[in-house]
Parts: sequence; structure tokens; C-alpha cells
Amino acid sequence: MTTKLTITSEMQRVAAEQKVELAPLSDDLNLLDSGLDSLCFAILVARLEDSLGVDPFTASDDVIFPVTLGEFVRAYENATR
Amino acid sequence: MPPVEARWLRDWISSENRERQLCGRSAEVALAALAQGSSLDADLASLRGRCVLIATRDQLTAALAAIELDGVVRRLVLMPPEVSHEHLAAIMADAAVDVVVCDDVEKHAGFDAVSRVFCGSALRAVERGCFDPQPTEWVLFTSGTTGRPKMVIHSLAGLAGAVIRGGKRDSATVWSTFYDIRRYGGLQIFLRALHDGGSLVLSDADEPVGEFLARLGRQRVTHISGTPSHWRCVLMSAGAQAISPRYIRLSGEIADQAILNHLAASYPGARIGHAFASTEAGVGFDVNDGRAGFPASLIGAPGEVEMKIVEASLRIRSPRTAIGYVGGGAAPLADADGFVDTGDMLELIGNRYYFAGRKGGIINVGGLKVHPEEVEAVINRHPQVRMSLVRPHKSPITGAIVVAEVVLREEAAEAPALRDEILQLCREQLAQYKVPAVIRFVPVLAVTASGKLERRHG
Repeated sequence: MTTKLTITSEMQRVAAEQKVELAPLSDDLNLLDSGLDSLCFAILVARLEDSLGVDPFTASDDVIFPVTLGEFVRAYENATR
Repeated sequence: MPPVEARWLRDWISSENRERQLCGRSAEVALAALAQGSSLDADLASLRGRCVLIATRDQLTAALAAIELDGVVRRLVLMPPEVSHEHLAAIMADAAVDVVVCDDVEKHAGFDAVSRVFCGSALRAVERGCFDPQPTEWVLFTSGTTGRPKMVIHSLAGLAGAVIRGGKRDSATVWSTFYDIRRYGGLQIFLRALHDGGSLVLSDADEPVGEFLARLGRQRVTHISGTPSHWRCVLMSAGAQAISPRYIRLSGEIADQAILNHLAASYPGARIGHAFASTEAGVGFDVNDGRAGFPASLIGAPGEVEMKIVEASLRIRSPRTAIGYVGGGAAPLADADGFVDTGDMLELIGNRYYFAGRKGGIINVGGLKVHPEEVEAVINRHPQVRMSLVRPHKSPITGAIVVAEVVLREEAAEAPALRDEILQLCREQLAQYKVPAVIRFVPVLAVTASGKLERRHG
């Protein structure tokens, strides 16, 4: 499974668990408009760390959290490359 | 037999009853034999007024030395065996130790600066001279700390407060404990067995749990104490049915309803009680109704042990609390009114208080507080779960997030469906932010030397 597919399927799982409606997932989707709240993202990042073996946002103190889904995915792609 | 109001440990050991024993893994000693025998290779008179560190490997030798030295030495420091030797110099300086009691001369060859006394379970015949007692300070290590150990001072009367008050003398009682008797929880059982007139079977750190349980079965142990983690470990063991205790006591950690129920089902003939105690605050109270938590009426009730709640944390004032920390620069143990803050957080549900974890163990999820124990209790309700550890995981979004490590029952297969079931259970019973983000199945969870789940605060 590609990194992107891992991320999007985990987002769908979190949304289903938290009973929130997920916006259509495109690269330019703003994360805050995705339907997931901060708790959902905290859960998502923790799970992705489990499945992808990396948390690109905690690895360094000065990494800026991405705004769009595309940036979010790229952060993982860069970290797992 | 009426309770004895004895002031010295040796007064609790009569020479008439030769049935009473202290049983180690490889040796047994009749308590009555101490009337004409000594475990120490030094004359007691030469140890009078000294500050003695008991640093034996074996619990049996430590027990014998403690019985002989109480009322003789000025200070008795009980060192649990797992305390790292790198701290030894600091411990000896802080507690002003000038004599070390050991049972392995070679291992303790480094103690050159002080006198060394050898202690063994083969007693040597001695003439007991007249006993002119002086009060002995008992020094114990606290259980919660890492790094340089903290020590607290107790009196025997304080340590034995709950024992003397509650004890019914019965020489047929055979006690045992999963604790080391050099820890507060284990020392309570040591004192109880001595005071109440029974025998005591000691554990051994190197003994597999199945063998220890078999030994307890052979010795016909009637009363057993341990932490909930000790007991979960017993229930995981194939040797669980080797014992048939009349009384099961839990202390040192939160006894949740699941462990109380599991024990009741596994040992239908046993009375099951859980107690609250800490090395600093002493024994608080016992709960014997089979339910987790304790009646709210205990808070504020008059009596020897007074309890109040300040900022959700339990505070205790009683003659059983420690006298203070060792070392001049140490912070005071009690507040201005003499109450010791236990750091144990309480939550009132109905007319009962429940322990909600340690003050410091709280997980902060985006400003919302999560007590790991509350989440563990829910996870542990799943029939396939043996035990669990909930801990914080650093989160770039909420500061911390809850993760759980779960040990399954032997027959349970690790399956994604099982993970979903556990999460579903959590979602039904817990606020969203308390539900673990990640559940990892692990083969085993670390239990500290003091018998508690090892919690690494991250």
C-alpha cells in the first residue's frame, strides 16, 4: 500500500470511529475542513506512527504542521523515503 | 489469645510454640529457636546504638536480623535487593550507616569503611543476656521513585499500628506475600505474622511464580497478600490452583472490580480484601465488601486514621504515618496540620470513592486529563484481556495521546477484530479523548520490584 493510501484509509477509519463526516479527500483539501478535529488528528498521527513507523511532526521540534492534505501526505513520504 | 501490646519485635515471639516458622526458599527457621540462637556473627552488645543497614540478598536472613536488632540498634535500614549498588555510598551517608549486615561476604567486600556483620539462617547458640531495650528507628525505601532512592523513618509502633489494632492471635495462620518484606507492603505481612502468632513463607526474587505457588501449596499457606499485578500474574499461571487461601489481600495498587471478581471466582473459599497503604502515609484502611473503591463515609470520619481530600488527592493523618524523610534537607512529609498527601486521586461515584490514579500519572490530552487506571479498568473488562497498561504518547497535536499495551489471555489470538472490540468497549464507556488511539498487543508487561505495573511517564 502506498503511503498516501495508508493515510487516506486510516483517515476514513478514524472518521467512522468518531462518527464524523469526511470531506472528499483531495490534495488541496485544508485539513481543518476535512471534518476531523484535533483529537481525530492526534489519533491519526499516533496510528500512522504505528503503521508507517514515523511521526514526522514530533521528530523535530520545529516541524510545522501541514495545512493541506497534500502537505500532510508529503511529510510522511519524505520521512519514510 | 488477646492482642499483645508489645513494644519490641522479640516480644512477639514466644519460645513455647515451636510450630511457628519463617520459611525461605531454601531454609526454614523455627521462631522459638531465636531464644537461644543468633543469626548474626557479632555480639548484639557490640551493635547497641549503631545505625545498621540490612543488605542481605535473602529475605529470611533479613527477617532474622531485623527481629534480633529491633530494640538494640538506633537505626535499622531495610534495603530491598534491587536497589542499585551505585546508590550505596549515598544511602549510607544519608542514613549515617556504620554497620552493614550481609549474607554474602564476597559480594559486600566493598563495604570497607564500616563494620560488616554476617547473617545466616543457620543459628549459632548464644546466651541471651538481659535485654535493655532502646527505641529503634526503622528506615524504609519509598516505592515510587527512580534514581537516588528516598528513605523514610518509621517507629515500630507506627509500622505495626494496623497490625496491633486488628490482630486476632491464631497460631494456625500461615501467611505469605508476593512482596519483599523489605518493602512497606511486605513488612506489614511480616509484622502481622509475627504479631498474630502464625508462620510466614517468604518469596524469593529468583523463583518462578509457578514454583513459588507450589511451595505455598505445600506449606498450606492460609493468608496471602500481593499487589493486583502480582495477583494477575498468579491467575495467568498454570500453578494458580496449587494454593487454596482462606484470605487474599491486595494492596499497593488500585484493585479494580475485574481483579476482585476474578479472584473471587478462582478462590471461592477465600475472603478477599483490599487495603490502602503507602510507605509514607502508612496503612489507611481495609475494604472487605468485595467491591472496588471504598465507602465515602470513611472520609472525615473520626478515628485513629483521619482522611480528607484536597484537590481530589487523598490526605491521611494517623499515628501510622512515617516520622519523616531521612536527611536534613528533605522536604517535610506532612502538611502544616500533620496530613500526608498520598498523591492518590479520588473520584466520587454515588456513595463510594474510587481511586483514579496518581497525581503525576495523569495524561493530559489537549488540556483534558486522563487517568490511565480508569482506561485500564475498562480494557480489562474485555474477557480476552489479561492485563493492560495505558500510558501517554507524545502527540504533535494534543500534547499527549492515550495508548494502551494489552496482554491477552493465552487462548486469545491477536486479531484486528479483537482490537476493534476493545476500542468499541472503550468508546461505549469512556469520553472520546480517553479512548486509546493505539492498542498494541504485547506478550508481557513489566512489573517493578515492588510489584506494581511499571509506568514510564512520557
